[in-house]
Amino acid sequence: MIDLIISTVTQGLIYSLISFGVYITYTILDFPDLSVDGSFPLGAAVTAVLLTKGVNPFLTLPIALGCGALAGLCTGFIHVKLHVRDLLSAIITMTALFSINLQIAGSNLPVGRATDTIFTAAPTMAVLGSLSLLMRKLIVSLIIIVIVKIVLDLYLKTKSGLLLRAVGDNRTLVTSLGRNAGNVKIRGLAIANALVALSGCIVCHEQRSFSATMGTGQVVFALATVIIGISLFKRLSFVKGTTAVVAGSVVYKACIQVAIHIGLPANLLKLVTAVLFLLVLVLSNHKGEEIIRA
Amino acid sequence: MLSIENITKIYHQGMITEMKLFDRFSLTVGDGQFVSVVGSNGSGKTSLLNIICGSIPIESGDVKLDGRSIARIKDYKRYATMGRVYQNPALGTCPNMTMLENMSLADNKGKPFGLSRGVNKKKIDVYREQLAALGLGLEDKLHVKMGNLSGGQRQAVALLMATMTPLRFLILDEHTAALDPKTAEIIMELTDKVVREKGLTAIMVTHNLRYAVEYGNRLLMLNRGKIVMDLEGEEKQKASIDSIMEVFNRISIE
Repeated sequence: MIDLIISTVTQGLIYSLISFGVYITYTILDFPDLSVDGSFPLGAAVTAVLLTKGVNPFLTLPIALGCGALAGLCTGFIHVKLHVRDLLSAIITMTALFSINLQIAGSNLPVGRATDTIFTAAPTMAVLGSLSLLMRKLIVSLIIIVIVKIVLDLYLKTKSGLLLRAVGDNRTLVTSLGRNAGNVKIRGLAIANALVALSGCIVCHEQRSFSATMGTGQVVFALATVIIGISLFKRLSFVKGTTAVVAGSVVYKACIQVAIHIGLPANLLKLVTAVLFLLVLVLSNHKGEEIIRA
Repeated sequence: MLSIENITKIYHQGMITEMKLFDRFSLTVGDGQFVSVVGSNGSGKTSLLNIICGSIPIESGDVKLDGRSIARIKDYKRYATMGRVYQNPALGTCPNMTMLENMSLADNKGKPFGLSRGVNKKKIDVYREQLAALGLGLEDKLHVKMGNLSGGQRQAVALLMATMTPLRFLILDEHTAALDPKTAEIIMELTDKVVREKGLTAIMVTHNLRYAVEYGNRLLMLNRGKIVMDLEGEEKQKASIDSIMEVFNRISIE
């Protein structure tokens, strides 16, 4: 039972990186970025190939970040420079990435037991060697998530970060400040997709495999976690958006775990995801009304 | 000096609704002028502002700032030396960001938006003073989100933000039209104060003939893309609402 809780929390933490990405695109930029469904497996595909080729597992983290950023750059470029609507440009990238991922890693690429991952590599063992694999996964993921969260929080407080928040809030103002609003948007999409691909990378380390379909429904999951997180902590103004999102992700994974535990067939998982998301949306709307009435 | 030289602007070109608004239209605005522009709907007032700012393209002609052509320069680059306050108070500020964050953004205009701290705590007192000078009690609301303020308060902050950094030009796009009469009056007085104190060159589009008469040192009336009245100096001072209303009615009937 304890093991199950630990692995659920670990899952929640790793997947919260996707939620960070969607937090940037959906909440900050107000951009419906469906390319998440493509950049998540992209991170995993690149990682799986690099790991099987014997590349240092820690090196896969920055490479996945870079690949994800490129995917975001594509979506941004299509939207801003080629003047395609936001939703459509994201769908175009997502569709293209599906084939690209197949080209990179095929439809399925397992990473052999003998290959080291970030959870079993020498530097990790040197520090956390006395712990079980399960605990190592939890701690390594936690460290990565905390670092990403702190860096993201700090970034959002810089001048560049303020401008990013401004572009989603009021594009006209950014133009009035003498800045190219389109370029700011592209930068935001690149950061968001980099984080999403990092999540795919760590998932690949964790489950030792890539599959072409692993991205399906991730954007819905991430949207749900962002909305759960934000509505859970709406009244607590000292809780940062990024913290709320991590909590949302863990809560969400726990709900799914409970559903599986009480005998939900795995084939129905996406259906449950969709229904849960709808539920969250309706409930958070309802709550919003209450606040207005009060 | 801003000069608009022989510009032609055609809307819906090649379509049945084609409309030629400006046909070789020219206008020069000298430094230190505060120009009020009046005219009925469709006379080309807002189009004129949009052409100056680069928000809409022109078919031919040139727009020059200090003798240098800016007609091919992108809108956001032109705003580097121009400020604009819009009719809609929501357009001048970011609703989900605090007043402090909004002012910090405006204060950084013209400088790089890099990885240094977005909000400079040392400048809080300066911002407070600037807000106190507005006389709206906003100096205690630095940490309030802009979206929670009233339209008039937002417009006052938008005006302040648009004029925080050195400007060549201030564009006022019916910036009092969405406000109640009392608030509009306050914003108009603030505008006049800012323009005087900073010695700005400004163009103000307005539907309020009284503002056009009382404020500024030049008055333009547009009708169907043409200047039908251009008063400066003494002529402008002598103008009354009635005399302008008379011209306004005459061209409206035509």
